[in-house]
Amino acid sequence: MYKALQYPFDPQMILKKRRSIKKELLAGTNNFIDKKIAVLGGSTTHDIISIAELFLLNCGIRPTFYESEFGQWWQDAMFCPQELYEFSPDVIFIHTSSRNITKFPAISDSDEQTDKLLNEEFVRFESAWQALKNKFGSVIIIQNNFELPYFRLLGNSDASNRRGHTNFINRLNMKFADYAAANSGFYINDINYLSADYGLSRWSAPFYWHMYKYCLALDAIPEFSFNLASIIKSVYGKNKKALALDLDNTLWGGVVGDDGVEGIEIGHETSMGQVYSEFQKYLKDISSIGITLNVNSKNEHENAIAGLNHPEGTLKPEDFIVIKANWESKDRNLSAIAGELNIGTDSIVFVDDNPAERAMVTASHPETEAPDIGSPEDYIGILDRSRFFEVTELTGDDVKRNEMYRQNAARAAEQTQFADYGEYLLSLDMKAVIRDFEPVYIPRIAQLTNKSNQFNLTTLRISESEMENISKDDKYIRLYGKLSDKYGDNGVITVVIGEKENDKLHIRLWLMSCRVLKRDMELAMLDSLVGAAKAQGIKKLYGYYYKTAKNAMVKDFYGTLGFKKLSETESSSEWELDISGYQNKNKVIEVEN
Amino acid sequence: MDRNEIFERLNDVFADVFDDDTITVSEDTTAADIDGWDSLMHITLISAVEDEFDIKFDMKSVVAMKNVGDMADVIEQEA
Repeated sequence: MYKALQYPFDPQMILKKRRSIKKELLAGTNNFIDKKIAVLGGSTTHDIISIAELFLLNCGIRPTFYESEFGQWWQDAMFCPQELYEFSPDVIFIHTSSRNITKFPAISDSDEQTDKLLNEEFVRFESAWQALKNKFGSVIIIQNNFELPYFRLLGNSDASNRRGHTNFINRLNMKFADYAAANSGFYINDINYLSADYGLSRWSAPFYWHMYKYCLALDAIPEFSFNLASIIKSVYGKNKKALALDLDNTLWGGVVGDDGVEGIEIGHETSMGQVYSEFQKYLKDISSIGITLNVNSKNEHENAIAGLNHPEGTLKPEDFIVIKANWESKDRNLSAIAGELNIGTDSIVFVDDNPAERAMVTASHPETEAPDIGSPEDYIGILDRSRFFEVTELTGDDVKRNEMYRQNAARAAEQTQFADYGEYLLSLDMKAVIRDFEPVYIPRIAQLTNKSNQFNLTTLRISESEMENISKDDKYIRLYGKLSDKYGDNGVITVVIGEKENDKLHIRLWLMSCRVLKRDMELAMLDSLVGAAKAQGIKKLYGYYYKTAKNAMVKDFYGTLGFKKLSETESSSEWELDISGYQNKNKVIEVEN
Repeated sequence: MDRNEIFERLNDVFADVFDDDTITVSEDTTAADIDGWDSLMHITLISAVEDEFDIKFDMKSVVAMKNVGDMADVIEQEA
C-alpha cells in the first residue's frame, strides 16, 4: 500500500506530487484489473479524474477515462456522442452538484409548486440515468448527491420551509437515495456527507467556482476522489475482509498481563474506559456487516482470553474467529491468521496502537494495510474514514459470514477425530442445491463472482446487471451451488457459467468460495454441469485456466477432474472433456437439482 | 522574506508540480516557458504556492498575475 495515499492523507502533497506518485504506482506492480470509466461532469472534472486515478491504481484497478466536455453531463447522457458510445464504459460517474440544480423554489411558490419543481428536477436526472442504462445495459452508474447550500436565505427555516434551498436539497437527496435503494448497479457518491465532514464553507469556497468552475475546493478533491474510488473498488471486489487486532492499548487501556483483568481500562467508570468501550462496540458492528475479527497480540493466551471476558467489554472471545495471542512476531501471526481464514494477507487490516509493530508487519507484508490509528479517541474515525469495508451490496451472506466461519472452526475440530477423510465428509451430512440461476440469488452470485480470487479459473468479473442478462440468455448454461451440512448453511458458494457453441460448451466461469474447499462440492458441480449439458445436446466441455497472482491453487483443476490438456502457456491452459461416458463423481453430498 | 528566498522556494514548488527538477523560474517566466503549464496545471500550481507560503490568494490577485514576478510580488505582500 502506498503510504501517501493512506487515510489520513495530506491533500496538498497528493495534488502537488501526483505525477511522480502515478509513476511509482505503475512501476510497483503489473497486477491490475483494467476498467473504463466515463466521467460526465456538470463542472470541472480534470483534477478529480487525475487524483481518482491514483487511488484506483493503489487498490489494483487501472482506469482509462472518458471525460465529457465541460458541463455536458446531461447532453452526453441523453444523446450519447459517438466517442462515448465507442468508449463502452464499465462505470459512468455523473459529477453534478448543487450548482447544477436548474431551478429552486421561489419564495412566492405554493407547497404544491415546490413539489412539482422537486419532481421535475428529479425526473431530469432519472431520465439521464435511464438513457444511459438503455444505451449501455449493465453499466455501473455512480451519481453524486447534493451538498447543502453555501448560504441560507431563510436562516434556520431554510431547512423546514419548503421554499428553502436546504429543504429542497434534502428532499432531492432523499429521492436519489430511494432510487439507489431500488436499482442495482446504481450508487450514490455521498457528497452531502463528505462536504459536511470536510466543512461546508471550505468545501464550497466560491473562489474555485468563479476561477475554475470547480464545485468544490481544490484541497477537498483528494477526499472526494478517494471516496469515489472506494465505491469503485468495492464494486470490483477489492474491499478488505478481516481485521487483525492488537489487544493491550488497542481494545482496552493498559496491559492485561501486567495490570490484571481488574486493572485494564474498559467500561463506563473512566473516560478512557468509555473510549475503549465505544471502540469495541464499533468493531462488533463491523462484524455484523460480514467482516471477521481476529486477534494478533503479544500476550499469554489465557491473559488475552481473560481480558476479552472483562464484564464491561462488548467483544467476547466468541466474537473472534482466530485468536493469536502468543509471543510469535506479529507478521508471522498475521500470515497464520490469513492461512486459517483462507484469505490473502492483502485482505486483512492490521490494527495496533504501536507504530513499531505496524512497521514490522508492513515490512514483511507491504500488501497489508496497517493504518496509523492515532490516539484511542480517534481509532473509530480513522478506521471508518479509511473506507476499508465500503458497502455497495449487503447480502444476507455478509450478515451471516461470521457464523459460517465459526462453523468452519467446529468442522476443523471434528475432522481430527476421523482416520479417513471420506468418512469425515460423509459424517458432515452435506446437502447441496445446484440449479440454474434464480433471481433471488443474482446479487449474491454477482458478489461472489467479483470477489473470489483463489478458487477462480478465469477471474472473469461480471456486474450484477450483466449477470441478470446472462441469466436470461439461452446461449448459456448456468449453475449456482448452495451447500449446507450439520453445522449450518454456507449459502451460495459456487458458480459455473458455460457458453454453448453447437455441441460444445465453453466454461467461461468456474469459481468457488474457499470456505468450502475440500468438500467435493466441485465434483457435485461437475456432475450437474454434465447433466445439464447432456440434456441440451452438448458432447464436449472446454475448460480454461487463466493465471493470476492468486489462483495458482486451481492450475490443474481440470486435470484432476479428468479433462485432457489441449494446450498450455506460461499464463493459461485449455482443457477438454468428452462427456459421452461420464460417470458421476460426487459420493458424499446429497444433491437437489 | 527576501526575494531570493521566495524564488528558491518557488523553484521547489515548480519542480514538484511539473515533476521536473531542472526548472528554474525567474521574474519574467510565464506559462509559455514551461512545458505542461496549461490552465489545468495552473490550478494545482496556485494551490501549491499557497500551501508553500501559507497564504491565500484572492481572486483579484490571481487574475492579475502575468508572470512569476507578479506572483512573487503578491507573496512578498502577504507572507
